[in-house]
Amino acid sequence: MTSATTELNQWIRFTPAQRLARFAVYLGMVAAVAWALKTIQIIPEFLYDAPEQVLDMGARMWPIDWANFWPNVWPALVETLHIAAMATILGLCMGVPVGFLAARNATPFPWVNHIARFVLVATRSISTLLWALFFVAMFGPGPLAGALAIAFHSIGFIGKMFSEGVEESNKGSIEALQAAGATRMQQIVMGYWPQVKPTFWSVALFRWDINVRESAILGLVGAGGIGVALNAAIDLLQWDRVALILVTIFVVVILIEIAVMQIRKRVI
Amino acid sequence: MTNVETSMVTRADFFRPSIWTRLGYALLIVYVIYAAATLGLSWERIERGVGYGAKFLAGFFPPNFTKSDLIPGLLESLQIAFLASLFGTLIAIPLSVLSARNLMPAFITWPARIIIILCRTFHPVIVAIIAVKAVGFGAMAGVIALTVASVGFVGKLLAEAIEEISKKQIEAIRATGASFMNTIIFGVVPQVMNRFIGFVAYETDSNLRHSTIVGVVGAGGIGGTLFSAFQRYDYDFVAGISIAIIALVMLGEVIQIYVKRVFR
Repeated sequence: MTSATTELNQWIRFTPAQRLARFAVYLGMVAAVAWALKTIQIIPEFLYDAPEQVLDMGARMWPIDWANFWPNVWPALVETLHIAAMATILGLCMGVPVGFLAARNATPFPWVNHIARFVLVATRSISTLLWALFFVAMFGPGPLAGALAIAFHSIGFIGKMFSEGVEESNKGSIEALQAAGATRMQQIVMGYWPQVKPTFWSVALFRWDINVRESAILGLVGAGGIGVALNAAIDLLQWDRVALILVTIFVVVILIEIAVMQIRKRVI
Repeated sequence: MTNVETSMVTRADFFRPSIWTRLGYALLIVYVIYAAATLGLSWERIERGVGYGAKFLAGFFPPNFTKSDLIPGLLESLQIAFLASLFGTLIAIPLSVLSARNLMPAFITWPARIIIILCRTFHPVIVAIIAVKAVGFGAMAGVIALTVASVGFVGKLLAEAIEEISKKQIEAIRATGASFMNTIIFGVVPQVMNRFIGFVAYETDSNLRHSTIVGVVGAGGIGGTLFSAFQRYDYDFVAGISIAIIALVMLGEVIQIYVKRVFR
């Protein structure tokens, strides 16, 4: 490697800077894992006990308490679906405008872009449960807090995907509208909107799917939905009822995933 | 919108929505009103809520970063995220190879797919509840819960990536008489490596977010500290923890973007 000729003859895929960057990433990964393994606190007695506990839980979960479905789980499930749907609609209402403001071509003011991007990152960084804690403190426990929590959390995701869609849109039709003297609002409605419509619907569907899953846990902090029933069943150690709720969530999530797949295939 | 349509005299018909679109929007509006009523949404409630919110936000200032629970909690969240990403990825790699339909026969792909779907269905917090029952309170339950989520996520994406690879390179390597393992190492891995690193970076980022909330059900990390601070009305500490979590998550996102750029 010392002489220049051998170096020229040898084919190396990456530049030294690239190799250094890759090495740094690998080193970082190994260091992180090594540190975590070395310092994490695990109580070995609990671990030895785990198989027994799992078997015990399995035994308590069987037979599943099917009779409880209609009086208790069904209303909670409907509430969960309402929360998810309302949160998606609200999230779209708030996320799409912010997405437009964050797109560099639709809003040619860099400072507006930066503020909008910060809003997107910040709303996404606060988890649904944290939002739910805040809204429960504001509006009291119940599905309203849950719907608002998921809606605010989804602003970031919707806005990010949407602004990327807007930035990828074709300039030609926008310039044609500008040449015809269209105002900014007309450009958005007639120029950008038809182009980003497919993105809009796919983001809406995708987020709805995620929101149904998220709304299942809101009940843990009292924000309505099937999580309330789950939390109550766990607190009362009614494991057969817990099993029923888990099965319900599983079936609903699978059904929604199939529905989303079918709609996507037909419409988009 | 309406004045746009009327100002364009004849060509306005182009942009007029079809009857089905209008019906769809009308149904949507009816649903929103109905759902808003069932959620108990009303103007006076919002007004009252905003009042509470202002009081509540006032309790946040000044944020308190000085309590001794903050740093250990954050570090435990990081440990959970790293270990769950490691274990999840290690389990997901063989599982995704088994569930790729271009490499394996159907009787192997189906069981592997079902495992991946099962891991993906439940939110990490729900898995954490079960894990807490199994291995008790603490970081171990968090690691298990997020490992399950990682297996589902990386497994699904990696299986899709493997199914999209070019068949030609695999056939070329098979033609040289390579064994199955050699086909995987020299035919499949080079084609999916960069995307795989992207998935793992994204997964670690997502684990970091979730590791800050699994503590709510007792599965370790900063979430437990946050939840108990909330229940004690210790709002300035809540604000401190929240800001620390947001900073951590944003840092994770920056690192994720950097890693993706390195391996583009």
